[in-house]
Parts: sequence; C-alpha cells; structure tokens
Amino acid sequence: MTSPILEVRNLKKSFGALKATDDVSITLNDGEIHALIGPNGAGKSTLIKQICGGLASDSGSVIFDGRDLVGLDVADRAKLGLGRSFQISSVIMEFSALRNVMLAVQAHAGSSFRFFGNVRNDKALVAKATNILERVELLDRAHLSAAELSHGERRQLEIALALALEPKAFLLDEPMAGMGPEGSKRLVGFLDELRKEAPILLIEHDMDAVFALADRISVLVYGRVVATGNVEEIRSNLAVREAYLGETA
Amino acid sequence: MANLSREMIVNICLTLGMIALPFVAHAIDEPFYITLATRVAILALAGVGLNLALGTGGLVSFGHAAFFGIGGYAAGILASHAQSYTPIMESPFLLEGTNQMLIIWLVAIIASGIAAYLIGLLSLRTSGVYFIMITLAFAQMIYYFAISWPAYGGEDGLSIYVRNAFPGVNTLDLQNFYFIAFALLMGAIWLSATLKNSRFGSALQAARQNEERLAATGIRPFNIKLTAFVISGMMTGLAGALLADLNRFVSPSMLSWHMSGEIMILVILGGVGRLYGPLAGAIIYILFEFIFGGMTDHWQFFLGLVLLGVVLFARGGVIGLIAGKARHD
Repeated sequence: MTSPILEVRNLKKSFGALKATDDVSITLNDGEIHALIGPNGAGKSTLIKQICGGLASDSGSVIFDGRDLVGLDVADRAKLGLGRSFQISSVIMEFSALRNVMLAVQAHAGSSFRFFGNVRNDKALVAKATNILERVELLDRAHLSAAELSHGERRQLEIALALALEPKAFLLDEPMAGMGPEGSKRLVGFLDELRKEAPILLIEHDMDAVFALADRISVLVYGRVVATGNVEEIRSNLAVREAYLGETA
Repeated sequence: MANLSREMIVNICLTLGMIALPFVAHAIDEPFYITLATRVAILALAGVGLNLALGTGGLVSFGHAAFFGIGGYAAGILASHAQSYTPIMESPFLLEGTNQMLIIWLVAIIASGIAAYLIGLLSLRTSGVYFIMITLAFAQMIYYFAISWPAYGGEDGLSIYVRNAFPGVNTLDLQNFYFIAFALLMGAIWLSATLKNSRFGSALQAARQNEERLAATGIRPFNIKLTAFVISGMMTGLAGALLADLNRFVSPSMLSWHMSGEIMILVILGGVGRLYGPLAGAIIYILFEFIFGGMTDHWQFFLGLVLLGVVLFARGGVIGLIAGKARHD
C-alpha cells in the first residue's frame, strides 16, 4: 500500500475549555473521496483551517505528500498542492470570473512579481483560465464580475479556483452549500470525475451527495472522530445514528 | 481606440490642460501660475505614489510624509554639501554632495525606498486602524528626529541657494522646471497604470479585496503589499526631492503628519484608486489654497467642506463624479 497523500496525526486544538479538534487522525489516499461529516459545531471547519495553515494546532501533525507541514503558512501549503474551497464563497468580488481564475493560474505558475505586460493580453493565462471555466461550466459567465454571479455560480467559481492550482489534493468545504438540487446533482457528477485528478477531502452536509460519492466517511462529533468506514459501515453504525442522523436506537 | 471611456477623456483633458497651462500663464504674463502648476504636479506625484498603496492595494498609510520628507532631505543634504564644497563623509570612503538632479533623484528614491521597506516590514503585520496608526507613528519618529538633528538645520530647515542642475536644461527657468516635474508625474502615472494591469497588479488588487483567497491560491499577501508599499514610498520620495528644489528649502514640516494628511486628502478628493485622481485632487487643493488662502487664513475650512461632500456623496472623488463608477473586469 502506498502512503496516503494527506495524513493528519493526533491533531489537537482547544479554544479555552472547548476542544474543537480532539486528537483527530485521518488519512486521504490517492484516488479517493474521503467525506468528513458531523453536526454543526463538530469542528469540521477548524480542522480544515488547521490542515490549510490558517490556524496553528496545539499538537499533532499534518503530513502532506511525505512532508510535515509544521511552520508553513497558508500560501506555502497551497503552493505545495493543497487546493481548497471555502464554505462561504471567497472570491475576488471586483474581478470577473475569468480574472479570478487567471489569478489562480498565475499563482500556480509562481509569477506574481512580473510588473510589466497587461494580464488581459496574457495569452497563456487567458487560455488556461478559459479552459478551467469551461470545465466547471462557467464559460458563458466569464466576463461578469464575481459580484454579479449567482450564489451557485460563485460556488462553481470556488471549485475553478481550486482546480487552477492543479493541486495534489482537494479540500472542499461544503461545495454543495446553498446549491439547488439540479446544481448539486451536476456537482456530484463533476466531483466523481475530479477524484481521478486528485483525491478529495470532502466536507459536506448533503448526505445524498456524501453517500453517492464517498469511498470512506469519517464522522466528527465534538472534535472527535467517532467512526470511519465505508458508506455501508457508516449507515449502520449505531453511534453515528445517534449523534448525527438524529435517530435514537 | 474606438471607444474611449469617459474616464479616459477626462484624463486626456487634464493632461492637455496641464501642458497648456504654462504657455497660457506666460501669455498673460502671470509667471506665478507656473509655480502653482509646478506645485500641483509635485503634489500629484506624491499622491500617485500614495494612490498605489491606498487605492490599488488598500493600504491606508498615514505616514507618507516620511517618504516625502526623506526625498526632500536627500535633495537638501546633497545640495548643501555641494554648495559648501564639504564632503558628506570622508571615511570609510569619500562621499561628496552633488547638485545634479538625476543623482539626487536616484538617492531620494533609494533612501525613501529603504525607509518604506523598513516601515512596511513592521507596519504591514497589522491592518485597518492599527496600520494607519503605526505608519503615522513611524513618520512622527522621523519628524522629531529631523527637528532634533542640528547638522541639517534642525527645526529651521535647510536652504538650497541655487536650484539643482539637469543636463542640458536651465532649471532656473520656471517653465523648464515645470515640465521636468510634469514629465516625472506622467511617468509615474504610466508606471502606476502598467503595474495595475500586470500580474503583480492583479495580486495587489486581490490583496486589497480578499487576502484569505489570495493566500489560498499560494501567493503570500505580505510580500505583494510590501513591494507595493516600497514602490509607493519611492514615488512619494521623488516628489519630495522635487518640492525641495521648487522651494529651494527643506524643513521638518515636510515630514509632519499634516503633510501625510495633505497627500491623503488630495488622493481622496480626486478619487481613490483612479489613475488621474491625485492630479485632479492636487489641482483642487492648490486652487483652494490659492483662492481662499488669499481671503482667509482658515481656507482649509472650505477644503474640509468639499472633502466632507466627497466622502459623503462622491466616493469615487471628482474623477468618479465626472466619469462614473470605476470599471472592473
């Protein structure tokens, strides 16, 4: 067995007396979608921040692509190949959809200290960004500013921005949030394809999507992983049903 | 070029007006207007510098007087040593003064760039109101240093008896000096536009709007902002060197927080983030100073009213008022 691309080992984070991340260990293997589910306040977003470098951990480690990420900031980790999307769309509002993706393409190329040459005429950037917008089916909205896009379109743009980094692993924080049933369905199909490019750590509330996509599911409750398993195992796990699916046995 | 935007037309009119102005002043025999126009060009240049940080990068620096003054003192110190034929220092190597503008500009740009780098290194770790306060604090430190440094005049300032020289041009001619300042202003505006449209400019605008996203794409916002802050400080420093030459005098007042405020006010008046905003703002500022300053010492009261109006009703400044909302793509 090859070592996992992403390995979280005994990660901890407390805010005062609150243990937001309590000894969490999870792995993400090549080609898989590993879904992370849990009720609100379970610590999913805290965990994502710790993995991405936005929040320092109290203890434990994050190993990505064979490398301990300790001491690296958000930008470093993104450059190493962690492509994330945000739970609440976080895009450059005054930029067009195309310029947004062009920025990510430029970041991936590592060329942000070029002071001359108009980016609008930068064929390499435009071509690559256009290609990515086409993949997320946003090409017809390319020249609208992000502020003018609908909520669902901004979710697509989030994915496009992660895609442009050509990451080694995706961390998608509730990509379906606020999308209609039609949009969710298309996104499920898209993510199913995406896993061939890079494995996905998927945080999602939409259980239909999770059960349709995930190879493995981890359930997070009060900062602890209470169960990890495949779809069938999680469906039948008693603790999960109590804690999360809201059923009393 | 079929479709000129309204902002572009406004910009062209401002440019042509500035070119025509000294000839008109000459024709109606009012050379003082040329001096006023030179002040406009120099303050606008300082504003173009601040606008790169403030408008494009969202860095509300309340300490740009530091760079303005450092540029001014670079000119003053070099020129005073050239006049008195005393070297600035003899060991470890001999450093002479100079009256050559080109060298003075270079020194002013480098000195203010180093200052901006050091100040930015510390200030840019903060944001919002803390950034405003810390940049102000650094500028005030330099201000008080200048006051208490007797070697270069201390509180009394430093005089430059003869205007510095530019190869092949008689700089004592008002019109010539005006066009030197104006050419530098145009160069700075061109550079600002180029930077804004470049890959660096994309990252800088993104840093203003959404740092979190910029970092998540793998670009460290701090590095981008620091670079912009340094370039911004360099432009303002160059303006300081020119003002020293125009007034033939440098004093600590160039470093005071009033100066920082003045530069910021003219950027806001003209339109934050607008390419020609600082020029439009400087024109209004100098006109107010000239017209109302002749009537009352409290002319800044009227300026305050206009500023209030701009902040409340015309967030895009005068340029925004005439040309409409800024276009983004």
